[in-house]
Amino acid sequence: MRAQVLVGPQVCRYCAAMSEPLVVIDKVNKHFGDLHVLKDIDLSIDKGEVVILIGPSGSGKSTLCRTINRLETFESGSITIDGKTLPDEGKELADLRADVGMVFQSFNLFAHKTILENVTLGPIKVRKTPKAEADKRALELLDRVGVAHQKDKYPAQLSGGQQQRVAIARSLAMNPKVMLFDEPTSALDPEMVNEVLDVMVQLAKEGMTMIVVTHEMGFARKAADKVVFLADGEIVESNTPNEFFSNPTSARAKDFLSKILTH
Amino acid sequence: MGDIFARYDFFGAFWLTIQLSFWSALGALVIGTLVAILRVSPVPVFRLIGTSYVNLVRNTPLTLLMVSAILGLSLIMGLRLSNDVNMDVFLWAIVVLSVYHAAFVCEALRSGVNTIPTGQAEAARSIGLTFRQSLTEVLLPQAFRGAIAPLGSTLIALIKNSTVASVIGASEAAGLMATIVENETGGVAVFFLFALGFVILTLPLGVWFTSLSRRLAVKR
Repeated sequence: MRAQVLVGPQVCRYCAAMSEPLVVIDKVNKHFGDLHVLKDIDLSIDKGEVVILIGPSGSGKSTLCRTINRLETFESGSITIDGKTLPDEGKELADLRADVGMVFQSFNLFAHKTILENVTLGPIKVRKTPKAEADKRALELLDRVGVAHQKDKYPAQLSGGQQQRVAIARSLAMNPKVMLFDEPTSALDPEMVNEVLDVMVQLAKEGMTMIVVTHEMGFARKAADKVVFLADGEIVESNTPNEFFSNPTSARAKDFLSKILTH
Repeated sequence: MGDIFARYDFFGAFWLTIQLSFWSALGALVIGTLVAILRVSPVPVFRLIGTSYVNLVRNTPLTLLMVSAILGLSLIMGLRLSNDVNMDVFLWAIVVLSVYHAAFVCEALRSGVNTIPTGQAEAARSIGLTFRQSLTEVLLPQAFRGAIAPLGSTLIALIKNSTVASVIGASEAAGLMATIVENETGGVAVFFLFALGFVILTLPLGVWFTSLSRRLAVKR
C-alpha cells in the first residue's frame, strides 16, 4: 500500500512528460490566517485532461480551484497556464483570466443583464468581437446547452439548472484553454443536476481541459481522467477514477469514500 | 397677494432654484460616484481618501461650507469663478452643493454596492474584465439600481438644501422669500406660497424615484 502512494505521483510525472502540460501548479502554499489551507501543492494538468478535485469539506479543493485564476491569492509557489506564469494583478492577469473559464457553485450570472448579454459581454468587451458576431456565437452556444429560447430573459427568471448551463455557455464564449468548475452542481435541485452534468460530459468528450471540484461520482467515472483527493490542504492521493473509487490506498480516502458512499 | 407676483420675480427665483439643483445634482452624482469607487477600491490608501472625504464633508454644516467658500475662497483668496458677482455666487453655490451632497451620494451608492453578491465581481473578473470594466459593466449598474431610493432622498434633500445658497446672496427661492417677507405684509401667506413651491418640486420626484426603484430593482 505504501509503495503505491509513492508510485502515484511518479506515474503522473511520466504522463506529463508524454503530452503537453497546460496547467502546472508548483509548490503552492496559502494560509487563511493561521490555517494552512494549501500545503506545497504540486499538480500538473495536461491538455485535454479532465481532473476531479475531491475531498472533505475544508480540504482546500475549492481554494485550489480558485487560485488557478487567482480569485484567491497564494503566498508561495507558482502556477503556470500554457507556459505563462500567473501575474499578480492588472491587465495581464485579466488577459490570462479570459483564457480560463470558471463556473461557480452559485452560477453568478450578471443579474442585470439578459441571458444573451451575459454570454456576449466577455467577447464584446474583452475580445473586442463585433456585436453581431458575438450574438451569433452566443446563440449557438446557448443552443448547444439547450437554453437558446430563454435568451431575452433575466437570470432570476430561469431555473438553477438553466442558469448553470448559461454560465457554462458564458465561459465557453471566451474560447477558454481550460475550464474550472467549482462545485457546479452543489446548489442545484436534484432533478437539475443531470442536465448540467450532461453538458459537462459532452465538453469533456470534445477534449476540453477541465478541472472540476465535485462529489458527483457518476460524472467522475464517466468523464474524468484523474481523481485528485485532497485532505487538510494536501494532495493525499491521485489516481484514475476507477482505481480511486474501488481501491483507495490512503486511510483518509477510504474514510471519506465510506462516508459519501453509504448514502 | 397678487401683486407679489407682479412686483417680484417669483417664478424666476424658482427657476434659479431648479438650475442650481440640477447642476449641483449632476456634480454631486459625478463626485459621489468617484468617491464611492475610492471607498470600495482594493487599494487601502484610496479607501482612506474616500472615507476621509465622506467624514469630513458630511460632518461640516452646509452653511459653514457655503460661507467659507464665498468669503474665504472667492473674496479673500480671489478664486473667482466668474467676473460677474451674481454668476460667481451661483457657480460657487453649485460647487459647494455638489461637494457636500457627493458625500451622501457616495454613501447611497455604497449601500447599493453592498446589495451586490461578491460572486458578481468574481464572475466579472473570471471572464477577463479589467477592474474598470468590472465596475462600469457589472458593479456600478447594479449599485445604481440598488441605490435609487436613497439617491432620491439625497436629491430631495439637495433641492431643499439649495436654499442655503441664499446666505451667500444667490437670488434663488429662499433668498427672494426673505426679501418679500421683509418688505411686504402677510409673512405667513408668503411662507406657505414658497413652501408650496418646494412641495411641487420635490413631491413628484419622490413618487418618481419610488416607482423607479421598484421598476429597476435587480431581481436575484
